[in-house]
Amino acid sequence: MDAETAKLIGTAFAIGVGVIGPALAVGRIGASAADAIGRNPEATSKIRTNMILAIAFAEAMAIFALLVALIIKFV
Amino acid sequence: MLRISLHPEELFTVAGFPVTNSIVVSAAILVFFAGIGMIIRRRFALIPGMAQNIAESGIEALLDLMDQVLGDRRKSEKYFPLVATIFLFVLISNWFGLLPGFGSIIFHHGEGSEPLLRSPSTDLNFTLALAIISVLSINIIGVGTIGVVKHVKKFLNFSSPIDFFVGILELISEFVRIVSFSFRLFGNIFAGEVLLVVVQFLLPYILPVPFLLMETFVGLIQAFIFSMLTLVFISVATEEHEEHKGH
Repeated sequence: MDAETAKLIGTAFAIGVGVIGPALAVGRIGASAADAIGRNPEATSKIRTNMILAIAFAEAMAIFALLVALIIKFV
Repeated sequence: MLRISLHPEELFTVAGFPVTNSIVVSAAILVFFAGIGMIIRRRFALIPGMAQNIAESGIEALLDLMDQVLGDRRKSEKYFPLVATIFLFVLISNWFGLLPGFGSIIFHHGEGSEPLLRSPSTDLNFTLALAIISVLSINIIGVGTIGVVKHVKKFLNFSSPIDFFVGILELISEFVRIVSFSFRLFGNIFAGEVLLVVVQFLLPYILPVPFLLMETFVGLIQAFIFSMLTLVFISVATEEHEEHKGH
């Protein structure tokens, strides 16, 4: 296996494995926010703001993985 | 071929200082803000006009939001300039990258050609500088509010081995904050721009539209997160450290 092939595999592996955790996290956040809204519909707007914030934090992990993948690919 | 570069491109040098395309845009943003500020300031009136109304309601909304975190209007007004400046600057830097002409206008110089414009948020130097400013001001505000001794005691506490270890962890997390602040903003905006470029190759004209909308939203959210995190850390730093008694 030459260096170029190894780079491509590394890129795909980094992003492929890296998004598993954030995907689970975003799913859980959305599910529990839907749960909370179902229990207490009056608090929808507050829950939604916090949900988006929490999703952005979880998504940042995926972005880190993407950055690593891009660095492997292009640097 | 796609043209993706992690680092900003150097356009020319001024007395040995390399001027990159992201520096050009951040200077343009500075001029933009100064212009808006001067226009609103000149038209300042007791009975607000259109622009002043928008500015005032924006300030009011942000102050209300800060009250929720700090719980005190006086405190909110004190830290408002820092938080609002970070929010507006990051927001406009994120959104400027979505304007047409960014990355497509090419600047030709001696050795080659580079894009003339690049969103400052896709330059790690910019986000790192903002993160350092943010963390430094958090610590300075902490020292100014609760005093040097109490602030340092959060990091170096010799009263018990556990407290000492917790203090070391706090010290490390202070540096981790700089990294996570800068990489979160850089990663999100840079990934968004790469996504837009890639999508343009898949199905031009139609497919980029929803992604542009999403990137507008991401830009807003990231600016909000950057300023809100700064605010939350300020509110933690200005609180007196509680003594744990009765274990």
